[in-house]
Order: sequence, then C-alpha cells, then structure tokens
Amino acid sequence: MFPNSPVFPPQASTLSHKVDALFFFMLGGAIFFSLLIVAVLVFFLVKYRRRHPDESGRVLTGHATLLEITWTGIPFVLLMVCFFWGAHVFFGASRPPADAAQYYVYGKQWMWKVEHPDGKREINAFHVPVGVPIKLTMTSEDVIHDFAVPAFRLKMDVLPGRYTTAWFKATAVGQYHIFCDQYCGVEHSKMVGTIYVMEPQDYRAWVAGQGAFGPAGGTVASGAELFVSKACTTCHRPDSSARAPILQGVFGSKVALLGGQTVTADENYIRESILNPQAKIVQGYQPIMPTFKDQLSEEEVIQLIKYIKDLKPEGAAAGSATAAPEAPAVPGSKS
Amino acid sequence: MASEPKAAPLAHHFDSYLQQKESASLGMWLFLGQEIMFFGGLFLAYTVYRWRYASAFAAASNDLDLRLGLLNTVVLIGSSLTIALAVRSAHLGKRKDLVGFLLATLALGGVFLGVKSIEYAQKFAHHLVPGPHFRFEGADPTQAQMFFTLYFFMTGLHALHMIVGMAILVWMLRPAAQGRWTPDNHNFVEGFGLYWHFVDIIWIFLFPLLYLIGRHHGA
Amino acid sequence: MSETVTASEAPRENYLNRDHSVASWLLTRDHKRIAILYLIGISIFFALGGLMAVLIRAELATPQGDLFPADVYNRLFTMHGILMIFFFLIPSIPAVLGNFLIPLMVGAKDLAFPRINLLSWYLYMVGASFTFVSMLWGGIDTGWTFYTPLSTTFATGQVLLTAVGIFIAGFSSILTGLNFIVTIHRMRAPGLTWFRLPLFVWAHYATSIIQVLGTPVIAITILLVGAERLFHIGVFDPKYGGDPVLFQHLFWFYSHPAVYIMILPAMGVISELVTCFSRKKIFGYHFIALSSLAIAVLGFLVWGHHLFISGQSVVAGTIFSFLSMFVAVPSAVKVFNWTATLYKGSVSLETPMLYALGFIGVFLIGGLTGVMLATLGIDIHVHDTYFIVAHFHYVMVGSAIMGYLGGMHFWWPKITGRLYPAFISKVAAVVVFIGFNVTFLPQFILGYLGMPRRYHTYAPEFQTWNVMSSAGATVLGIGYLLPVLYLLWSLKYGEKAPANPWHATGLEWQTASPPPLENFEVTPVVTEDPYSYPDGTLRPKEVPVGV
Repeated sequence: MFPNSPVFPPQASTLSHKVDALFFFMLGGAIFFSLLIVAVLVFFLVKYRRRHPDESGRVLTGHATLLEITWTGIPFVLLMVCFFWGAHVFFGASRPPADAAQYYVYGKQWMWKVEHPDGKREINAFHVPVGVPIKLTMTSEDVIHDFAVPAFRLKMDVLPGRYTTAWFKATAVGQYHIFCDQYCGVEHSKMVGTIYVMEPQDYRAWVAGQGAFGPAGGTVASGAELFVSKACTTCHRPDSSARAPILQGVFGSKVALLGGQTVTADENYIRESILNPQAKIVQGYQPIMPTFKDQLSEEEVIQLIKYIKDLKPEGAAAGSATAAPEAPAVPGSKS
Repeated sequence: MASEPKAAPLAHHFDSYLQQKESASLGMWLFLGQEIMFFGGLFLAYTVYRWRYASAFAAASNDLDLRLGLLNTVVLIGSSLTIALAVRSAHLGKRKDLVGFLLATLALGGVFLGVKSIEYAQKFAHHLVPGPHFRFEGADPTQAQMFFTLYFFMTGLHALHMIVGMAILVWMLRPAAQGRWTPDNHNFVEGFGLYWHFVDIIWIFLFPLLYLIGRHHGA
Repeated sequence: MSETVTASEAPRENYLNRDHSVASWLLTRDHKRIAILYLIGISIFFALGGLMAVLIRAELATPQGDLFPADVYNRLFTMHGILMIFFFLIPSIPAVLGNFLIPLMVGAKDLAFPRINLLSWYLYMVGASFTFVSMLWGGIDTGWTFYTPLSTTFATGQVLLTAVGIFIAGFSSILTGLNFIVTIHRMRAPGLTWFRLPLFVWAHYATSIIQVLGTPVIAITILLVGAERLFHIGVFDPKYGGDPVLFQHLFWFYSHPAVYIMILPAMGVISELVTCFSRKKIFGYHFIALSSLAIAVLGFLVWGHHLFISGQSVVAGTIFSFLSMFVAVPSAVKVFNWTATLYKGSVSLETPMLYALGFIGVFLIGGLTGVMLATLGIDIHVHDTYFIVAHFHYVMVGSAIMGYLGGMHFWWPKITGRLYPAFISKVAAVVVFIGFNVTFLPQFILGYLGMPRRYHTYAPEFQTWNVMSSAGATVLGIGYLLPVLYLLWSLKYGEKAPANPWHATGLEWQTASPPPLENFEVTPVVTEDPYSYPDGTLRPKEVPVGV
C-alpha cells in the first residue's frame, strides 16, 4: 500500500527532493570526515603503539597555531554552507504560494480533522489533488499536536489557541502516512491518518461524490449565519452608524492600531480579535467589543474567518448592500 | 562546632582566613547569580505578556495600591541601610551595635510583610486573586487575570525570600550576641548582607513593573 | 570494603578505612565519601532507568502494543527519560568523579563548602525519592519534556510529585556547580595557575557555569507548571491567556545547556585518558580548555533550535540555526586535538583508552547528526522522529556514558585502591561499543523514514529496524552489566593498586590509592605544565608516596 523502500521514504512532494538533496550533501560530508578521522586515528594507533613498558611519547616543540586555525576554519565554512542551504529550503517550506488552495486542519486527542475549501470534512483521511499547492491552516482543540507527512518531508506543530500554517504540493499519486509527531497523551501513536494523493480529475470526481464526506458545515454561508446570529452585524456594519471597524476587504490589509503600530490582518489576527478583542485596538475605535471566548468552537471561529475573508470591499457580501465605496487599506477590521 | 559558641574558627580545609573569606564571598555571589536566573524566568514571562496585553496590564495595574507599594519600597530601602550598618558593626567588632541593627532589619522586614499581607487581603476581598472567583470589571478579564497571576507569583516569591531572610536573622541574633563573628571572621554576616540587598533590589524592580505601569495612561 | 590485614603490615589509614560506622558515611563532609554516596545513588537510578529502556525496547519489537497498554508505555518512556537525565546523567560524572577528583586535582583538602556538598547529596536523594514515590504511585505521562498544556491540564499522572522531585534535585545540581567554581577559583595549590589545571577541571568549570546559571530557570519553570496544574491559574495554558510556546522557550533555555552538563565532563575525562595512554602532552591544551568555555557560553544561545517547527517565527528559527552552527566548532576542535595527541605518542590500548576511542567514534556520529538537526531544512523532516532519539542517545548515552565508564575504569584504582581484571574489562568495552551502535544506528534510518518518537505502536514497515534495535539493546545491557560485576568483584578480590598504576601525571596520582583523609600528606606545590611527560622514556620515577 505504501510504496516504501526499507531504508528511504517515498518522495512525494516538491519539498521532499529539496530536503533529500541537502540531507545527502550533509550525510556525504559527515561520512567523509568521520572516515578521515577514524583512518587517522587507526593509523596513529598502529604506528605509535607502545613498544616498551617504560616508553613515553615524544615531546613536540613549537606551536601549531596554523593547524588549529585551519581545523577551526574549515568546519566553520562548511557549517555556514549547511546553514544557508538549510535556511533556503526552510524559507521555501514556510512561504505558501499565493495561489495555494486553503484547507483547514484540526487536531484533537486523538484524531485529525480536515476541512476542504468547500467546507466538507473528513477524519484521519485527507484527499488531495496532485500538482496543486495546498495551504494548511491548523489549530488544536486541546494539547499541542504535530502534523507530519514524512513522504512530503512536511512537519508543523499544531497549537491550541492560535494558527500555524504549512503548505505542500504533492508530486506522486499514492497513499502516505499522516503522523502526529508531538507527544499528545495516551493514544498519541493512534493519531495517524492517510493522505490520498489523486489525479485532479479523480479528486474532482471524489469531491462530487458524497460518500466519503462528513456533513458539510464549514462554509462561507455558515459563517455568514454565525455573523448574524452572534450579533456581529450590530456593530460591524458598513454604514455611518458603525461602532466597529468595517470588515469588507480587511483580510490581508494593513490595520493601524491604537498606539501607532500596524498589523497585517491575517487569520491569527482575526482569531485574536474575536476571542481576545482587547489585545489590539484599531485606531479610532473604542474597546467595546466583548470576548467570544467559550462561545465559539474552533470550527466556528474558522467559519467566521472564512466569511470575513470572503467580504469584498465593493459591498458584494452579506448584509452590505448599502456599503459606501471605501479604500481597501482602510484601517479597521475589528472592535 | 556547636560545642564552642565563641568566635568561629577557621575551617579545617582552608589555609587562611583570607582564603575562607574569599571563598565565602565568591560562593555568595554565585548563589545570587542563580537567584537572578530564578527570578529571571518570571521577569521574562512578565515581559512577554505585558508586551502582548499592554492595555489590560495597564488597567489591572491601577487596581494595586500605589501608596502601600511606595510605603513598602521605603521600608525596604531603610532595611538595606540597617543591614549595611550591621555588617559594618561586625567588621568593627561592635557586638551590641550588630545585634541592634539586626533587630532593626528584622523589624523593618516585619513591617514589609505586614503591609504586604494587607495588600493581599485587599486583593482577596476585591476578587482579584486569580482562580474561579476572579472578577474584573475591565474589558478583558483573562488578560487582567494574567497580570494578577504574575503579580502574586512575583511578589509571593519575593515575600518567601523575605521570610527565609528573616528566619536567618532570628537565628543570627544569638551568635551575634555571643560574639561569634569577629572582625577577622564574619563572612556569614557579610554573605547575609548581600542576600538581603539582593532581595531589596528585586523589589526595586518589581515595584515599577507592577505598580507604576498604568500611571502614565492616567486611566 | 574489607581489608585483608596481616600481622606484618597494618593497613595505612585512608578515607575508606578510618571509620566504618554508618553515621560516618551519612554525616561525612569528605568529598571522597560523598562521591561514593553519589555513586551508589546514581547506580540505582541508572539500573532503574535501564530496566525501563529494556521494557521499552521489548514493547517496540512488534508494531502492535502487545506487552503494555499505551498508558503504561507512555509512563515507562517518561520515567526512563526523567530518571536517566535528572538522576543519572546530570549528576553522573560531576557528582561522582568531579566530586572525588577536583579537590585532588587542584591539590586541596576538600571542596570549598563541604557541608553544602553533603547537602547537595541529600537534596539529590530527597528529589529522587519524590520521583521514585511518584513512580510507585502510578508514574507520570507527560514525557520528560513536560510540554504544556498536556502537563498542566490533560495529563493524569503524578505530575506534581515528579515536578517537586526535579525541583529539589535541581538545587543539588546548582550547589554542586557552585562548590566546584569556588573550589577551582580559591583552593588551587601553590603554583597551580589556570593554564596548569588538568582539562578535566576546565571541563567541570564550564559545566558548573551552566549548572549555576541554567538550572534555576528550569526550577522556576517547573514551579509554574506545578502551580498551573494545582491552582488552575497560570501562564502557559491558552485557556488562561497563556502561551505554551513560552514554556518551551523556558524549558529549553535550561534543557539544551543541560546536554552540555552531560557531555562536557565526559569530554574532560577523554582529554585525561587520551593524553595518559599516549604518554604525551595533550595537543592544543589551550584550545581544548577554552573550547569548553566556548561550548558553555554558546550553549546558552541555541535553545531555539528545539522550536523550529513549534510555531516560533521563521526569523527566530533562522537566528537559532545560525548560532547553533557555532557551537559545533569547539566540539570539532576537541576531536581534532585528541586525534593529534596520538601523533608520536606511545599508545597503549588499556580499558580506559578503549572507552576514549569509543567515545570519539560515537561522538563523531552524535555531533554530526546534531549539525543536521540544527540545519533548518533537515529538521523540518526529522524533528520529533527517531532520528532525534538516535542523535541524543549518541551524545548522551553513547558519548556521556562512554566517558563515565572510561573515567570509572581510569580512576577506579585511585578511588578504591583495587585493580580490576584487564581482559574482561576490555571485552566489556567492546561489547558496549557494539551493542550501542547496533541499538541506535537503525534508529537514524527509522527517523528518516518518518517514524515518530514516543510511539507505542507503529506502522508495520518499520518493524525490521526496530527488531534490530531491540536486539542491540540486549547486547548493550550485557555490556553495562559486566563492569558492575567485575568492579564489585575487584573490591574484595582485586589486586591492590599502586598510587599511580597508569604512570599518569596530575596531582591525584601523587597521593596514595586510596587517598588519605585530607588527600595529601603535604600540600603539593606545582612547578610544571600539565601532562609533562619526558621525551621518549619514562623517568625512573621517584616512587610515589604510600606504595
């Protein structure tokens, strides 16, 4: 089922080749230098073995400063090569491409829940199309977990109370392990799943068929319902009586805060604004928003975020028919 | 050693009083170094959350009693003076002065702890002790609770150091009166002096960090 | 420690035979006796931790969880880690060999604070008892790393009791370090300048700095964890507005330097062994001495490399990766200098030297894989897998225990006054080396394949390597058992050791074996650089005292 060699994991994402190339470079270097040192050691052991019980070594005169500088300098240069190469790979792994499809991952003791862009969910299974960059926004409902797919060389901790992100682009159709790599309690080793990489047309067919899915829920529309039912619209409204920042077009924009800082309105910021409204106050507004902590589940927070991301500045979205045109970089996303 | 209550002898493994004194003093400084790292963990946590929850911390800080905090600061600075005078008395071999200044330090320490317990009692009465009964009228109770959690940890750990210090002070009274510490050999008094100053200095940092952050907002 | 007393020669009085009462041991302020007390303590906890390792490897021989339920397995590896790290590895070389040797090596009668030294041992034993009781009371299921909020809110084991144990044992470590620093600064014999100190002493000086400045941070952190668990208020759980990553920063601020608490003293031992069994002045004395200090200082700046994938910012990860590269350099410098010491030496492969060579071998692998883990682009794949497990066992078990055993075999005649059988001890050294590598090399492969650490059950394709690892563990267990047997045997039946059986330099070899109560009959005066071996042939040396 898993196309595994007994010594090497499958390479199934764009990242896996980059990580492996760096690994083989360092492995080669490590083996070379280890063998070199061992060879020198063995040579000395034989050549300078003790021949009489009362023999002692020769006293060397002079200083070996040049030698010391050499064998300090060479490792240092090689280490710097490893550092820069490693950082380069890491930067690539940390920055999702702009066109990546957005998926959400929830970790909880002891299962993985995945939410597809259209809001459908699956548990301990994850179907993805090959060749499409996929961005994961992840959070935990209890302790720290870690979303790891060895075949993709992908790994990221999943924390309670905030979002972490990861991305991948699968390159080989097949089935691969998902592991939880951060010890998370009794059934840690059962918090495993399978990632199914499919041809895009197979993926579309699979999405169209309902069988494998759980109920739909996490959609923009359900976010819109929450936005009304939690009375967010009372204050966050795009008209002159708004007591809170206008949310249309806020996602991804720069928001000016009380005190002069600015912050980019990303998912962590919006999450914080919903659950800890006083943490960052938008310039020009009073800190009047109550917290929604303990009133929303992690999945509902994501639904609201999806809804807010979908609010376009030109007044296309729910409840904003009368919105006045506004600049996209208008300061204000929140309470 | 209990059998000879008089002047402290040179320990068997030292060659001279000077070596013994220098060892004791270096040992005490190292101990204080580890104390700084011990409190350092709390100061780091404080810095992180104050930066993150700036406005909630400022608001919560206003619920501390500035006058009592200021009073305690003055009391502790006074006790630093009396312990310094105690060390000087030991150095000069003035036995009575030594006992007197130790007693004065002990008294000032007692005043500090008394004031501190009044403050704690107020917090308790106002439901500002973190936990299930925590009530805070401001905008974000969770963040304010973080402030009070750190407040109780930091001042509590400081108070614990005061209590340990005062216990040692009480113990010191008898040997001080008996003349155990001579101008040659009063490492214990000097070491304790360093400890007491250290505890004062921790407070000198705690006071502005905890009591004064809200003031410039005028809230 | 029974002595065979014949009518003709009454045994010379030494630190072991001058008083046999129990009180004379439990109330002793003699650094040599306290070292023996520590030796007994850490041996017990090493045996317990080792037993758990055997059970863990037995469970992992098959992919299913057929030996223990998951919860029991989790408690086993947690307690294995806690016992081995806090109650064996951290005190091992410093508290036993360091305690015994540092006053001897600097020509002092004792450590600067003998009573505090005894207090350290009691703190260690009290802390260990708390942990032991917590184990009997059901154990703890957080992993030795205590990550929040698992440890503060979700775990069901005896977190508090164990935390108290570690907190108390931490102060034992702090006081030991403090004692060493003051002793090395203030108690050196006349003529013993800083650059005449043995490298063992330099390594312990560097270690002590970490113990004094690092340990209090874990102490306050573990206190916060305990309070959060007990009172449901705190600074780490997101539920209370806290940040679990802050815990990881505080934890690794100590626990990364703690790795150097375990490895630096072993490096100090290896420096002594390599020069003694080459009968030649060590190559690059100053570079080895200062590299220990460099490791201690740099070691405080690299903790964030444990958090590359923990949600720490990319910038922070990059900085920590960069700094971590620096700490690899002084380690490499040591290896090169040890190798060069053999050049034109007179090398003999006595048992301690076998351990020294074994150390260099496993440390090469442990160190170089450490560089891989510090490289961001590789860590994102192997973090929290068996690759990490293999790496830190290579450093902390392979290297640190090789150093510990090498040191024990080197100074055993000095400590006990007895020689152990040469042949079987060489066999044991080879068995340890083979057993160790068979156990842990396969784990690198498992890690790169992606097998996560702390897994009770695993995917079936990982089984081959796990079986190999478990088989190796059996060999390794035998390798560790052998020295226990023949060293105990030697106490009664071993040949009496002369003052300087290895023709080593260093003040500890100039006094009798075992040393008298206050170490030296006359305070020694040092007139030479360390490791001053003559050129080509040993001097028909003045017979050392007491032989």
